[in-house]
Amino acid sequence: MSALYLILNFFALAGLYLSLHAQFIAFIQILVYAGAIMVLFVFVIMLLNLGDEKKLNERFSWKKIVGAGLSFGVLMELIFVFAYSKSNLPPSQFEKATEIGTVENIGMQLFTTFLFPFEVTSVLLLAAIVGAVVLAKKKLN
Amino acid sequence: MELQPYLFLSAITFIIGVVGVLSRRNAIIVFMSIELMLNSVNLSLVAFSAFLGDVTGQMLVFFAMTVAAAEAAIGLAIIISMFRNKQTVNIDDINIMKW
Repeated sequence: MSALYLILNFFALAGLYLSLHAQFIAFIQILVYAGAIMVLFVFVIMLLNLGDEKKLNERFSWKKIVGAGLSFGVLMELIFVFAYSKSNLPPSQFEKATEIGTVENIGMQLFTTFLFPFEVTSVLLLAAIVGAVVLAKKKLN
Repeated sequence: MELQPYLFLSAITFIIGVVGVLSRRNAIIVFMSIELMLNSVNLSLVAFSAFLGDVTGQMLVFFAMTVAAAEAAIGLAIIISMFRNKQTVNIDDINIMKW
């Protein structure tokens, strides 16, 4: 059930990206996250066939209280910083955002300024493919 | 355009992810919380990118998504092989690298 809500969250985030005029990122969000990654998650949940979630025995402990308390503290700190950083921000350039988020501009940047990271990404994906196949194989010889 | 609401939402989803990682013991749910944290950082990057009129933030989000896809594939493969060996996804029961 939580996986389905995560998919909903990804779609909502794609909508927020559209509201920020980042069209390419919004489409990639839906394709990669809601499409590829969540299908992977749902497949793994199906394959493992865990049955009742309650059997996992989610115990109540003081560590969790401390963790949640610390996280809440960090949240308050972040909100405080963001709320009081308004006067330090440079002037908004939001009118330019309609041009920078298009597929045309992103592709142009990707194959000129960011060419080297883009090529390195392909090596990373190859390593991930090989690693996933090796790890999920039935028997390691 | 207001930058603050996007940053607030990003901070809140990030902390939800942190609490999920710290308090849940199901490996798949911990993994989904990590995805949530990655997504919240992406949101703040895109918000800054739109606010400053700079494309670099969106490029960084693109690369972060690539890394997240690779990480999801590897992580789920690890979870599957873990489940095959121990018949559990409870991360408290998996401590072979602990000493």
